[in-house]
Amino acid sequence: MLDISPAEWTAILLSLRVAVIATLVATPFGIALAWLLARRDFWGKSFLDAVVHLPLVLPPVVTGYLLLLTFGRKGLVGGFLADYLGIVFSFRWTGAALACGVMAFPLLVRPMRLSIEAIDRRLEQAAETLGAAPWKVFFTVTLPLALPGVLAGMVLGFAKAIGEFGATITFVSNIPGETQTISSAIYSLIQTPDGDAAAGRLVVVSIVLAIGALIAAEWFARRATARLHGN
Amino acid sequence: MLRVDVEKKLGEFSLSASFTSEGRVIGLFGASGAGKSSLVNMIAGLLRPDRGTIVIDGETVDDTAAGLHVPTWRRRIGYVFQDARLFPHLSVAQNLDYGRRMNGLAPDHAQHKRIIDLLDIGALQDRRPGKLSGGERQRVALGRALLSRPRLLLLDEPLGALDEGRKLEILPYLMRLRDEANVPMVYVSHDVAELRQLATQIVMLKQGRVTSFGGVKVLT
Repeated sequence: MLDISPAEWTAILLSLRVAVIATLVATPFGIALAWLLARRDFWGKSFLDAVVHLPLVLPPVVTGYLLLLTFGRKGLVGGFLADYLGIVFSFRWTGAALACGVMAFPLLVRPMRLSIEAIDRRLEQAAETLGAAPWKVFFTVTLPLALPGVLAGMVLGFAKAIGEFGATITFVSNIPGETQTISSAIYSLIQTPDGDAAAGRLVVVSIVLAIGALIAAEWFARRATARLHGN
Repeated sequence: MLRVDVEKKLGEFSLSASFTSEGRVIGLFGASGAGKSSLVNMIAGLLRPDRGTIVIDGETVDDTAAGLHVPTWRRRIGYVFQDARLFPHLSVAQNLDYGRRMNGLAPDHAQHKRIIDLLDIGALQDRRPGKLSGGERQRVALGRALLSRPRLLLLDEPLGALDEGRKLEILPYLMRLRDEANVPMVYVSHDVAELRQLATQIVMLKQGRVTSFGGVKVLT
């Protein structure tokens, strides 16, 4: 078996914590946005769509730098949150979670949006004729039918979040025990003499996590098809 | 009692219909494209008239002059679609119970049993809609609509998607419904034979206009 050192465990557990929190916090926003993009027409929709996809196409270091400017101690939003709510992002694991959440967001939203678009709207009409108010239709018909897509989006977002590197290291640096995730730990190790073995172990862990996520996403996608056909 | 007096433009097509009915089963008859479905969707509130009023059981649910439009979910109607539209993620039992839950009604076991027996769907309860035949699906859809305790039941060509054999299988259930369920119905069809057996009153629609209105004999 892999002989993982305590320092490496710290990085692995931090990565997991950062990715789990990023995914869980991003999910309700992701569902709301996916629904908005799938179902509503409004002014500025293509602009919103572009903004959401921006982290996917921008160099991660640019996204990280923009986060630093916005959510850093002296940033517009960061300064406000620190002064009035006591929430600090810069050089904290919460900042890593924020960076990972932003980077993962486009990947998380996409399957959710596709699964909402795939729902037969006539089923929602049927629910309405049975006396369900719009919010009840959403929670009893739309969301359950979109659930496999929602879970697939969460898995993809999680996989992206756990592997995020560029934006995270730019925004919150590479502090062991606070902001050093698996990716930044590997980056440090391969620049250290004799770090190859430790880097190799973390590489194996990354590969296992990534493949696990892909398998899970595939499984959810298959469930989605079965569900829509009523089996 | 149902009173309809509406106008609606849908692209090139214009619908203008007016009738009042006290009948137990109002047959809405016409060729495809005559505006039957649009009219039923307006009664259901899924489509909003450009002008006019709709009154169900004494309650005005649409009045364009007053800017009134009661949303579908508050109209207390039942709607059976041609394509059943059962919820694929719920079992038959959950589908049947959906309307009661959404309306926050107390369970009424006697009524539940009566409708399940009337439609012969007791044995299907644990199944998923995907595992039902077309006829079974339509019977469950009927039960689901009735169990929401509607004051008006709309049926839009409920036999339209079934072959002849299946139609004959469902027709007796519809006749029993008419005689025993005590819910007024609007029954849409382009099939004269079907309406002769079921309807007590006929509204004949041609290219968006009511051309005749009266007893079943107007069908000849």
